[in-house]
Amino acid sequence: MLQTSYEAKTKDLWVFIETKDGKAKNVGLELLNPGRRLAAIQGGKTVALVIGHNCDEAVKEAIAHGADKVLLVDNEVYAHYTTDAYTAAIVHCVEADCPTTILMGASPMGRDLGPRVAGRLKTGLTADCTSLDIDENSGKVAWTRPAFGGNLMATILCPFTFPQIGTCRPGVNKKLEPDYNRTADVEKIDFVFPADQIRTKLIETIAEEGEKVDLEGAEIIVSGGRGLGGPEGFETTIKPLADALGGVVGSSRAAVDAGWIPHSHQVGQTGKTVGPKLYVACGISGAIQHLAGMGSSDFIVCINKDPEAPIFGVADLGVIGNLYDVCPALTKLVLADKD
Amino acid sequence: MNILVCIKQVPDTTIIKIDPETNTLMREGVPAIVSPFDAYALEAAARIKDKDKDTKIVVLSMGPEQALAALKECLSVGGDKAYLVSDRACGGSDTLATGYILSQAKEKIEELEGIKFDMLMFGKQAIDGDTAQVGPQVAEDLGIPQVTYAWEVWPTEDGKVRVKKELEEGFEILEVGCPCAVTVTKPDYEPRFPTIKSKMAANKAKIPVLNAADCGLDVERSGLKGSPTKVKKSFTPPRKEGGLKIKEETPEESAQKLYDLLKDKGVI
Repeated sequence: MLQTSYEAKTKDLWVFIETKDGKAKNVGLELLNPGRRLAAIQGGKTVALVIGHNCDEAVKEAIAHGADKVLLVDNEVYAHYTTDAYTAAIVHCVEADCPTTILMGASPMGRDLGPRVAGRLKTGLTADCTSLDIDENSGKVAWTRPAFGGNLMATILCPFTFPQIGTCRPGVNKKLEPDYNRTADVEKIDFVFPADQIRTKLIETIAEEGEKVDLEGAEIIVSGGRGLGGPEGFETTIKPLADALGGVVGSSRAAVDAGWIPHSHQVGQTGKTVGPKLYVACGISGAIQHLAGMGSSDFIVCINKDPEAPIFGVADLGVIGNLYDVCPALTKLVLADKD
Repeated sequence: MNILVCIKQVPDTTIIKIDPETNTLMREGVPAIVSPFDAYALEAAARIKDKDKDTKIVVLSMGPEQALAALKECLSVGGDKAYLVSDRACGGSDTLATGYILSQAKEKIEELEGIKFDMLMFGKQAIDGDTAQVGPQVAEDLGIPQVTYAWEVWPTEDGKVRVKKELEEGFEILEVGCPCAVTVTKPDYEPRFPTIKSKMAANKAKIPVLNAADCGLDVERSGLKGSPTKVKKSFTPPRKEGGLKIKEETPEESAQKLYDLLKDKGVI
């Protein structure tokens, strides 16, 4: 039987706060919410683990969003994310003061870092959890996650090893209302990973051509599919509606494969998994591969000519009609309301 | 360049069976495919080989003997050689145990083939579990660097690898020394199709099956025993009922009704 390499030294729970340019990314702040709930049951503190460079802003946000304490690893070497430096920093912190639990974002960074950290600590990692609880019998975290494209849910325990680690996708948890009057201890961790031991070298950063798409963090997504009939529909119809609603443009695989829109917009099994507050599917039939990527959206609207399309089965509201008629009319109403 | 591509045979995700005793997925009798991202990883390797014929591509999988079919498929679209790790001791492995087993198998294959792998490639995640953990955990076990979410991979003249990595917004190009591990996301092309000739050759190919002893596996680190995570229960989520369908006289009226309902419900 696998033995634990570490015993929890406290009852604390850590939330890894991802930073960019010294600011906290949303996914970490969101995790402080379930983090506080779990830490309260486990009888420990909610600790924000902030790694980056010049992170004052991130520390402030973490405290305002619910951290009882901050562990801060701040150095130039962490200014840009690298697997090697960040893994070593987290492992260093765990070796000093192993918590019961670590929560991380299932962002590209978290999904690169989490398995590496769990691998080095020889402990369990549960990815992309949609709900977090404490198992009554064992007192361990009960990590619930979808598998098989959301067809199956599994509740996972990490019963014998510490820390128990799990990730949640951006947008799955809601941030607490920030309170900038909260105060908390900030413990600076003096750990500088040697820059010459970083084995990946950044050569170039390439911004997305045209509009930036952050589907995973989006609150509103308007997606187009095969029903658009051609690439123009994204410009003439989908984007104006997305802009009016303050959302971003997504697409089905069919539209990407037809070359109408870059893959970075694709929602579904071989694209992005999203969980916005509102998902509007236009001219998308709702193949299982697409539903796997957007089925957990809070509210789903579809606009489709074919009333038999499977997308109606998951939509909260479905309009039977031509998207080229309905979308512009809806865009007009949204814009009129803004004025 | 010697490349090891790790692939997983996955059940078709539209059909599910759960073993009521172990609460794990039953893979028997369910149509099986090569996990799509793994197919992209193999294609990325094959494209390196297209440019440099000295490239050797070995494909590795862990699973029951049925996975031989998936490996044969890989041999028909770029793989030069394939190995399967199959042993009861591997059953029920979580990602940490799988990472350990594949690392051990990699060492054994290097010994058998008399080569060292410069690069290990994986799909960014398998479509059954969607964890995206096995690639990085193999890399960690072997102590080699990794780049995840690769969109494009190419060797440099001085024996390193450059990777165009997909981020939330845009891309970055990273350079990494060998040996390294790379996990591959969906690029803007599809994997090649087999030819009749390559299919026939793949069907005839002998695929060695390695067991736990061959790979020198510590059974305490393999399978259920070696897995720090345990499935407590699995269940099918309650299916969402379809909501209200709107079809008024004109599209404008439909849009108006939709808009009013979205307002009422506080969605917008």
